[in-house]
Amino acid sequence: MTTLLKVNNLKTHFFTHTGVVKAVDGVSFHIDESEIVAVVGESGCGKSVSQLSIMQLVSTPPGKIVDGTVEFEGRDILRLDPKGKEMRGIRGGKISMIFQEPMTSLNPLLTIHRQLTEAMEVHLDLDRSQIHDRAIELLDMVGISDTDKRIHDYPHQFSGGMRQRIMIAMALSCNPRIIIADEPTTALDVTTQAQLLELMSDLVSKFKASLIIVTHNLGIVARYARRIYVMYAGRVIESGTAKEIFGSPKHPYTRGLLNCVPRLDTKDETRLVPIAGSIPNLVNMKPNCAFYSRCQHRVEECKREYWPVLRHITGLHHVSCHAC
Amino acid sequence: MSEVMSTTEDSPEESATFGKTVLFLKVFFGRKVVLFGAIVAFCIVLAAIFAPLLAPYNPYNPDYSLPPLQHPSSAHLLGTDALGRDTFSRILYGARTSLLVSIGAITVASVIGMTLGMVAGYFGGPVQAVIMRFFDAIMVFPMIVLAMCIAALLGGGLKNVVIAIGIGMSAVYARMMCAQVLSIKESEYVTACRVIGAGNLRIMFRHILPNAFPPLIVLMTIQMGSAILAEAGLSFLGIGIEPPEAAWGNMVKDGYQYLQTNPLLSFAPGIAIMLVVLAFNMIGDGLRDTLDPRLRGKI
Amino acid sequence: MYFPLKRGLLRKKEADIKAVDGVNFRIKKGETLGLVGESGSGKTTTGKCILRLHKPTEGKITFNGKEIASLRERDMKPLRPGMSMIFQDPYSSLDPRQKAGAIVGEPLIIHRLVRNRKEYRDRVEELFRLVNLDPRMIDRVPHEFSGGQRQRVGIARALAGEPSLLICDEPVSALDVSIQAQVINLLKDLREKMKGLSYLFIAHDLSVVRHISHRIAVMYLGRIVEVLDQDTLYDNPLHPYTRALLSAVPVPDPFIEEKRERIALKGEIPSVLNSPSGCSFHPRCPLAKRECRQKPPDMRLVGKDHEVACHLV
Repeated sequence: MTTLLKVNNLKTHFFTHTGVVKAVDGVSFHIDESEIVAVVGESGCGKSVSQLSIMQLVSTPPGKIVDGTVEFEGRDILRLDPKGKEMRGIRGGKISMIFQEPMTSLNPLLTIHRQLTEAMEVHLDLDRSQIHDRAIELLDMVGISDTDKRIHDYPHQFSGGMRQRIMIAMALSCNPRIIIADEPTTALDVTTQAQLLELMSDLVSKFKASLIIVTHNLGIVARYARRIYVMYAGRVIESGTAKEIFGSPKHPYTRGLLNCVPRLDTKDETRLVPIAGSIPNLVNMKPNCAFYSRCQHRVEECKREYWPVLRHITGLHHVSCHAC
Repeated sequence: MSEVMSTTEDSPEESATFGKTVLFLKVFFGRKVVLFGAIVAFCIVLAAIFAPLLAPYNPYNPDYSLPPLQHPSSAHLLGTDALGRDTFSRILYGARTSLLVSIGAITVASVIGMTLGMVAGYFGGPVQAVIMRFFDAIMVFPMIVLAMCIAALLGGGLKNVVIAIGIGMSAVYARMMCAQVLSIKESEYVTACRVIGAGNLRIMFRHILPNAFPPLIVLMTIQMGSAILAEAGLSFLGIGIEPPEAAWGNMVKDGYQYLQTNPLLSFAPGIAIMLVVLAFNMIGDGLRDTLDPRLRGKI
Repeated sequence: MYFPLKRGLLRKKEADIKAVDGVNFRIKKGETLGLVGESGSGKTTTGKCILRLHKPTEGKITFNGKEIASLRERDMKPLRPGMSMIFQDPYSSLDPRQKAGAIVGEPLIIHRLVRNRKEYRDRVEELFRLVNLDPRMIDRVPHEFSGGQRQRVGIARALAGEPSLLICDEPVSALDVSIQAQVINLLKDLREKMKGLSYLFIAHDLSVVRHISHRIAVMYLGRIVEVLDQDTLYDNPLHPYTRALLSAVPVPDPFIEEKRERIALKGEIPSVLNSPSGCSFHPRCPLAKRECRQKPPDMRLVGKDHEVACHLV
């Protein structure tokens, strides 16, 4: 498999009144062709900002991409003008995004038809009737019935799950190479969530696209992702295949996360093991490991040294920790 | 238990509240326009308070040593009016009247408007319908026309002007309060209060009122200017502050007859009105921006 | 609980929204009953009816032997300390302008549970310690706390009246994963410490509900479709909806996930406004028969503490 997108040492900082927030601080990852990768972490770990940075969608000011490269199709797309023609060709064309809140990602004043065809008119070389046919076909594919009629409806006439299906259709409309789904099902019910994730993983393989799922839900990750990046306080702290990470988690944070969620399949009255403390405030952070204060396995080095770089363990498994 | 200890290590700095105030002021005064507005307003308030010390002449006694309608000179900074009274001194005393009227009117307006708006929003249904229709009826009339009617009914004088403007302005407060309450009463902390058995009065005044307040403060600040303008308008029309009391409105009106020969008689109080309205508007704008929820995370 | 649906200028009543329709359950002393369902299933409305935040249209609620469904607010007040609630969102459930101590102590003042300032202060500090919060944080305002700490302030407030029933409405779903366990463990500890404290634990996350509840009631469109205990839920769920719900929840383990059976449901949960005839689950049920379309199934006892409302079981 060849590498499709490679992010190198990405740094996105926010400059606020209270200080610098290093939301993404030296994140590197890659995604191969036709692969499903998950970026996991809790709120404020920089998982969303890192994805928005790829698309150059971070609002500036206060945000700024300070450093790093994003290699896609043989060039560094961070060097492109964010408002320029080339970047627009990538955004929504070659790389598309699905957001958490389907209500706010659709324009309430325009029909589904208008919103679905808009991107295709910009990115694809098709005439109007071809675009219309494709729009209908896409809606069929994402499981919306009565497409001929419903395509002229407005977003509020659809339920949350249906709206997210429409978002998926829009994301697929221009034959993207990569789809970035940022907490795509968090706002939805569990049964709808399961339906949509099945749909997404089917369609992605049909379209031969790659999928980046950004989520905090470890269950979803275990079910769908081939590889995983675990993020904490703006960095990737552990990465590897799903089986490597769930099978033998190395970083104390990853282990903590796995031990603190109640599982459906555990029978005995096991007590959950919470991770002590709370998520650190990212303003003016110290340069050592941000997990230090919550870590059960910390050693002297963790306090003295800089945050360690990712170290290779076995296969694709990497971890960033002094103590393990 | 490790959880117990966790609570202290991630605590924000000790002086969080103090730092918050400082930051608020920093953001607030960070904008030059707001700083300018604040300085102007501060000067006018000082001038009003210390008018007796600052005024070179008694504002009500004519200067018999010179003929009336003096042009500006070293003796009379802004000249004298048709009765020979010093314009500069009258403007300083006028600031007192203007600020007094506007503070009074805003107080009347916000007490009436906020109380009724709160009741309307909290109880909803027919109560809301009746109260808000009443304020809609008030709003049908332009504020100045309404104030004119009330002033004509009650007669002139400081107290009645305050009441007239206050009632005229109350509808805006009622509407804003009602809207605020409607959204706040649905919040979970209000439900939580009902769960623990808190009564209506407690919920309204302990919980809803403090949370509904910030946008109303902005409104009050901006309306300080409007109230002064309204007072000036009423006085100009002759149904406001009665002569010989110095008020900017009736000074403009008095000077109006001499616009050709002594334009400063009208222009000086006119500019004072403009400055004070502008100043309060700027402060209000600044407050609104600083209290903006999008900024709240950073403050 | 029916909500009248009113439309038009004259607010004519057009229909009833049957948010909760014929729900029966009992919670024993010291027991935790989990109530699971998706949005619109009426689980929150059920909780609010018990607390009399809504007046139920019909039916009885018996609390400690006393019928409360028809009580007036004035008569309800003395019972309020006995039942309390924990909310989903720790950000919106605390008054942002009140200090934490005042929030926790408010029930004490409302119900005059303390005699003087000293006693008040002591009791508030005791409540802080009970939920593992440092009593030195009494003078802080909510935004100075983290999400998990705020939720604990909310729990302390709920415990101030020494309740015997605590309604927990999605108490952990707004919290970060690493914080959820702290709150779940706290709730389990409190149950141990305060003998006889019962929970109605409302949530959509089956794994959390199963972890904390002794028995679980599954709701769908305003009705309870199955009541079963913790172990039966995973081993032998009978209602097709319970099974689908269970299979929709992924387990954080790729090795198990590879082998698990996945039941995909058709369509989406319908609106309560046009709830289907017969068994309300039939349009989405993979096993639906004609009978299911015609008459709603009754709850039947199928095992120890196991009731199910389905024609096919």
